[in-house]
Amino acid sequence: MLLRHTSKEIAERKSLTVNPAKTCQPIGAMYASLGIHGCLPHSHGSQGCYAYHRSTLTRHYKEPVMAATSSFTEGASVFGGQANLLQAIDNIFTIYDPEIIAVHTTCLSETIGDDVPQIFGKAETDGKIPEGKYVFHANTPSYVGTHVTGFANMTKAMVDYFAKQNGHKENRINIIPGWVEPSDMKEIKRIAGELGINFIMFPDTDNVLNSPQTGKFEMYPKGGVTIDELISTGSSSGTVALGGLASGPAARALDSKCKVPCKILDLPIGIKATDRFVDALRKMAGVNVPESINIERGQLIDIVTDMQAYFYHKKVALVGDPDQLVALTEFLVSIDMMPIHIVTGTKDKKFEKKILSLTEEMPYDVNVKSGGDMYLFHQWVKNEPVDLLIGNTYVKYIARDEDIPFIRYGFPILDRIGHSYFPMVCYRGGMRFLEKILDALMNRIDRDSSEIEFDLVM
Amino acid sequence: MEALSKKRIEEEKVSLDPDEFMAPETLKLDILSKYPPKVARKKAKQIIVNRKESEEKYPEIQANVRTVPGIISQRGCCYAGCKGVVMGPTRDIINLTHGPIGCGFFSWLTRRNQTDPSTTPDGHNFMNYCFSTDMEDKEIIFGGEKKLRAAIQEAYDIFKPKMISVFATCPVGLIGDDVHAVTREMEEKLGITIFGFSCEGYKGVSQSAGHHVANNGLFQHVIGLDNTVKEGDYRVNLLGEYNIGGDAFEIERVLNKCGITIISTFSGNSSVDFFANSHTADLNLIMCHRSINYVAEMMEKKYGIPWFKINFLSAGGMSRSLRKIAEYYGEQKLIDCVEEVIAEEMPAVKKAQAEVRPRLEGKLAMMFVGGSRAHHYQEMFREMGMIPFCAGYEFAHRDDYEGRQVLPNLKVDADSRNIEELKVAKDPDRYNPRISIEELEALERNGIKLRDYEGMMTDMPSGTIVIDDISQYETERLLETYKPAVFCAGIKEKYTVQKHGIPMKQLHSYDNGGPYAGYRGAINFYHEIDRMVNSKVWDHIKSPWEKSPELAARYAYE
Repeated sequence: MLLRHTSKEIAERKSLTVNPAKTCQPIGAMYASLGIHGCLPHSHGSQGCYAYHRSTLTRHYKEPVMAATSSFTEGASVFGGQANLLQAIDNIFTIYDPEIIAVHTTCLSETIGDDVPQIFGKAETDGKIPEGKYVFHANTPSYVGTHVTGFANMTKAMVDYFAKQNGHKENRINIIPGWVEPSDMKEIKRIAGELGINFIMFPDTDNVLNSPQTGKFEMYPKGGVTIDELISTGSSSGTVALGGLASGPAARALDSKCKVPCKILDLPIGIKATDRFVDALRKMAGVNVPESINIERGQLIDIVTDMQAYFYHKKVALVGDPDQLVALTEFLVSIDMMPIHIVTGTKDKKFEKKILSLTEEMPYDVNVKSGGDMYLFHQWVKNEPVDLLIGNTYVKYIARDEDIPFIRYGFPILDRIGHSYFPMVCYRGGMRFLEKILDALMNRIDRDSSEIEFDLVM
Repeated sequence: MEALSKKRIEEEKVSLDPDEFMAPETLKLDILSKYPPKVARKKAKQIIVNRKESEEKYPEIQANVRTVPGIISQRGCCYAGCKGVVMGPTRDIINLTHGPIGCGFFSWLTRRNQTDPSTTPDGHNFMNYCFSTDMEDKEIIFGGEKKLRAAIQEAYDIFKPKMISVFATCPVGLIGDDVHAVTREMEEKLGITIFGFSCEGYKGVSQSAGHHVANNGLFQHVIGLDNTVKEGDYRVNLLGEYNIGGDAFEIERVLNKCGITIISTFSGNSSVDFFANSHTADLNLIMCHRSINYVAEMMEKKYGIPWFKINFLSAGGMSRSLRKIAEYYGEQKLIDCVEEVIAEEMPAVKKAQAEVRPRLEGKLAMMFVGGSRAHHYQEMFREMGMIPFCAGYEFAHRDDYEGRQVLPNLKVDADSRNIEELKVAKDPDRYNPRISIEELEALERNGIKLRDYEGMMTDMPSGTIVIDDISQYETERLLETYKPAVFCAGIKEKYTVQKHGIPMKQLHSYDNGGPYAGYRGAINFYHEIDRMVNSKVWDHIKSPWEKSPELAARYAYE
């Protein structure tokens, strides 16, 4: 057994986290920063932070992940990191020539209390920031919140630093996609395009972390939101923010800073959440939903119609991030599946309530925990086995020990490809989700059915 | 590392066609011209064209110095070296990270250290778990010792481990949590071995500091706990072998076949039980000199166990290392057995070499990795007929480049001074010199040097390029200038290199491959490089319309 020390008996733990279902803020900030065109993320801390974040994002995307660091040593930790950051800014612009540097802090620089805006001021006075280039920052102390918070903070910082009102409202919508994959961002853009909407998406990692093999390395790939676009977000007519935790803060900041009204929605995973997203876009932009989208929607519903026997009352255990889990739970319930164990490592006051209300009508008791870990998740699965596990790569240890079908979904996925190319959001993504669920469940039926019961047609 | 290497270098010199390739010296100046003056001054000492200056003098390189902020380097931190590298591969200890969640999370199962719990009776294996105190803001403000104490108690209550170690992360050092006091207190309370590591990420200049901290902790708290002497005619410890992709298993297979018993490996496929009586071995064999030489030196001082450097990567290295061990023991039985094993293993190796050589001969390889592997793998490439043209370490010190003779002249700077040097004395009861001075001298006369490592640069031909702590920019320039057939480094460099259309082999995690050590490992590696270099995929990069871009058009009247 891989997890041989995990027992059924659940003892209360107050201080020990075992097999976390979250990681720390800076990696989320780094991911968000990569969604700006020509941006080099910069970790204001010791080298280990950026090495770990780059490694994890690289393993997840199998793509180059560029970032720099302030390389704190003990001296910097005692005397403050100003000299390090100033030198870093100078070196980065001289050697790596990005359009913009996105600085995020770490537990180290936060604990010693470095004041990044003040350091930027010094860099500006010293002439270390070339004409037409930018620096900006987000505070992302690793001991507050999780990777999702870091993504949210960096996305909000894009608004705080750049969004400007130009005096009149443009016929344009801001879309904040939340912490989803480049493929998802592409799909959301496609849907907005089908609706014929003029929009700005930020951050946008499409064409950054799913770039083609051309035989030529581009340090700053084609994709990403531009600074001009970020500035223009302040004069858009509205914002649609997907995923309250990841995108809510940026959307609200745009509202209060530039009076751009926002609608904060669930991530468009599954039928109902995508319906709400498309409906919100339609109303905000004043457009009609084209037939092409109706067809996609109908195809998704058609799969559910045809295959409902395989979904019906199958028990599922999910672990991941709140924005994803809420939308996914709603999706699973809507196709008559039964998500019964739901764990996120991120603490979110509303999370448990939302899940319980979504699963209220389900004829089964639901275990839900915000601020939990995968050890607890595994114990729940041991106590009440399920038909399907959904979570990041680490769940494969549980899947193998318990011999339960498993779908990789979430962050990080270190052992499979696909997530950067094929979406899981909106109607098409929903179809792919169902295909994955069916593959997992039906492969199991094929494996486990007796020779007598073995079916050709399913 | 071997006497023959110096001789080879006198005969060999690598020179590329000057019409096709920029001279290394020119490239160096070109790279430096891109850097701000202060960076260029520093980097000039870290980019070296390997030219032997005189009989005994090789160029000096600057190593183990701070990475300049803003330079994209391969390096990680002290915690990564301590928890990730040295302590991570031990299965039956609970490694508890004291800090915010990230450090524990990112070092969770990401290093491909294989382990076989069936070889320890209790079967404990915590390597698939991640344990953290998950510090939050209230602990940063009010201190985290209380939470650490409680977390140790919970870990003990739930998992009943035989040992717990605690790793301090950056903020722990800053807020002044005393992990050593807490672990001492809990050790007393719970009656199992519990100890801490001050391996805050900002210590030192790279992972290397963490290796040293880990070595100190193992030496102080684990090695020597159990005086049981295991059976075996030739009883060795294998130091600095982490069992990535199963390397240690293959090494063990070959050593066992020769009649050599491994008492403990530091720390691939390891158990704290093996560490505890490792001081009863006859001999320490050093694989990764950088990460573990401290333990070797301290064990020699305290227990009288001699050490020497071996390299089990590459078939030639494996055979030479086996012969060195046999000569050290000097017993005919072992010498004969080793020769028999070599004779038995080599035909398959030769066959594989002959198979790949025509497709790889004369091609350039570059390797920038670790603190030993950039050296260890060079012979492997030479066995395929390839030319290791550029190499460098990520976190090595000067002795790893130039040999241990530079050690007395090394200046200890502020970054190294904050890593404790343990004062080690002879153990009053257990010190037992395994070898007399006369025997040592006799061995040295036969070319078996103990306590020595000749370094990487002395083993590389003139005209090759050595870069310490290579930057992203320098990597790019090397790739563009010399278009190597294969580039070796770690995961962060993997896809940037491959986007150039150049295959990239990870020599930290081995991608998904291994073992590469020993004879079977060498065969695996030859096939792996052959597969990568000669893959069909490189032909697909250009589409047909890019290959022949002449316009397709139709006549208007068609």
